[in-house]
Amino acid sequence: MSIPVSYYLALSGVLFGLGVVAFVFKRNIITIFMAIELMLNAVNLAFVAFSRAHSTAGHVALDGQVFVFFVIVVAAAEAAVGLAIVLALAHTRQSLNVDRVNLLKF
Amino acid sequence: MIAPVIVFFACAIAAVVGAILLILAHEPIHSALSLIVVMISLAVLYLLLGAPFVAAIQILVYAGAIMVLFIFVIMLLNAGEEERTDWSKIAKWIGLPLGFVLLLEISHWLFHSEPGTAIANGAAAPAPADTFALSTELFRQYLFPFEATSILILIAILGALVLARKDQ
Repeated sequence: MSIPVSYYLALSGVLFGLGVVAFVFKRNIITIFMAIELMLNAVNLAFVAFSRAHSTAGHVALDGQVFVFFVIVVAAAEAAVGLAIVLALAHTRQSLNVDRVNLLKF
Repeated sequence: MIAPVIVFFACAIAAVVGAILLILAHEPIHSALSLIVVMISLAVLYLLLGAPFVAAIQILVYAGAIMVLFIFVIMLLNAGEEERTDWSKIAKWIGLPLGFVLLLEISHWLFHSEPGTAIANGAAAPAPADTFALSTELFRQYLFPFEATSILILIAILGALVLARKDQ
């Protein structure tokens, strides 16, 4: 009994869709950030699965895994800057609700 | 050969349940804990896919460093129960179904994609990637992007310091 790569890809699609739903429907800015991380994780799973799909018995295709490495590095940088923005926002607006962040509105 | 199938479905179910709990949770700390469940299940799936190095940095960097940063900010801001906003009718009756249509569409399209027919686990599966080959690839073919990301990290550190600094 063997698992084809498409199972992993379908799981990746489900996780990405749930991340989009969380991103759109959550109102807390920290949870919205977590939804972004969830989507990045889903894409990473697809990258590793594609890397596996393009490998053969003799040759392992590594480009997908190198991409996952870069995605994780960029996610770390994004989390650091994003959470600093969250801190600054919480100090100025006294709220984590994104609906209250309307400084640019007339 | 039945073991990878059981592990795959256990981790897949854990990941999907964790993602659903992230949406349903009322407090950010609960969302963070369910996201950690998702990340650890994904790390096990990376092991199944023959990517032990990616599984290790998934646990170390994602479930370790990034989620600790999230939980630290949640505790620092004392983020309690989220404010409940009554959903607009458009969001409830159009947005949510469209979200699930998107979910099904992406997974259906990926499920029937051409590379998906390859065997991930089983008798004919390729060998797992060793870290030596991965690092050789990283430091030869991808040397310039690697150095560029180190500058990106430096800029991110400076940006985080500037943003989080209290006004004098």
